[in-house]
Amino acid sequence: MSYWFAVLMGASLFTLMIPVVYRIWVGPTEFDRILGVNVIGTKTAVLLVITGTLFDRVDMFVDFAIAYSLLNFVGAIIVARYLNRTISLKEMEAREKKSRA
Amino acid sequence: MIILQIIGILCGLVGLVFFLGAAVGMVRFPDFYTRMHAAGKGDTLSTMLMLAGFGLVTMEDFSLGSWLLLIKIMAVVLFIYLTSPTSSHALMRAAFEDDEMPLTEKDLKKSRRKAKETK
Amino acid sequence: MYPVVIFFFLLINWIVLSGKFDVFHLGLGVVSCLTITWLSQDLLFKDRSKGGRTRLIEGWMFLKYVPWITWEVVKANLHVFKLAMTRRGYEEMAPRVVTFNTYLKTDFAKFVLANSITLTPGTITMLIRGEVFHIHTMSQFLEDDLLTGAIERKVAEVFEPEVLPGK
Repeated sequence: MSYWFAVLMGASLFTLMIPVVYRIWVGPTEFDRILGVNVIGTKTAVLLVITGTLFDRVDMFVDFAIAYSLLNFVGAIIVARYLNRTISLKEMEAREKKSRA
Repeated sequence: MIILQIIGILCGLVGLVFFLGAAVGMVRFPDFYTRMHAAGKGDTLSTMLMLAGFGLVTMEDFSLGSWLLLIKIMAVVLFIYLTSPTSSHALMRAAFEDDEMPLTEKDLKKSRRKAKETK
Repeated sequence: MYPVVIFFFLLINWIVLSGKFDVFHLGLGVVSCLTITWLSQDLLFKDRSKGGRTRLIEGWMFLKYVPWITWEVVKANLHVFKLAMTRRGYEEMAPRVVTFNTYLKTDFAKFVLANSITLTPGTITMLIRGEVFHIHTMSQFLEDDLLTGAIERKVAEVFEPEVLPGK
């Protein structure tokens, strides 16, 4: 029973990833694309556990899932830092004052 | 253990439903910040439910190894719980400092009126 | 006292991740945990002046905090589901940015507050500068919980019971 449950869950997860891939493809800004990559990465950790159930080696594949979710988090942080045009506090206050006026 | 397997399968299916909500929200919502709401929240709970469901399904006997496996899967869940809000906050902050202004209620109303006129 | 706590914390982590109980693997774990504790013992637990009793109370209060935040996550997901799937929910969407000041002092409490705000329905922390929180909200009626300070009080009860107002 657990075999067919795993197959069904994996197939429906892949089907539900299609809208997220659409968002990566179209995404008006670059942040939309990173967001989509992040969501798919989190779901890939789940897919690794599902693959472990299929091969009856969950204890091995859970370690891969831990490492993958760690890499996913670090990747998101690095890309966010890279795209971040760090502005100084003074410039930011000036901008806030301008928007208030 | 048939009862544990049934509970696990129910958990997995509920997680799938929440992920459907997050995926549809990522396509339908109007701007980046509202899409972030769908992704940052729908991701956390659906991942937790699916992983917990698989942990229960694969738990055949109550030996030491299966308990360790369940604890490991819960460690993945805890890690995702801690990191998912943090990474969404980092992305949000990067977008906000990059002059990407969020839509307000007024803009939404304007675009809705325009859509009605073209009908 | 703190290095001993960190050592046992790391050792439990090692045992869960390795899953082997013979002398060789446990010996390797003890050696590497000792090395890590010696090298980076000032990384965890920033404020060393608190006693063990305060820490235990903090941990117990945090365990009581977890079920509440899990229920909030379920509510947040139902809210997102309603906004995404139904037409009426989509109509009542009204995003805007809210700013408020917090009275929490330490960085860790601010971190927990920001993550809790992100996980509660309809709100995401956007920017933290000092004491000022900028928050992006989705629907009008969900801000009440935030602006009356219910989440902030929950976090303050766990980590900083001395700064609670009205005490």
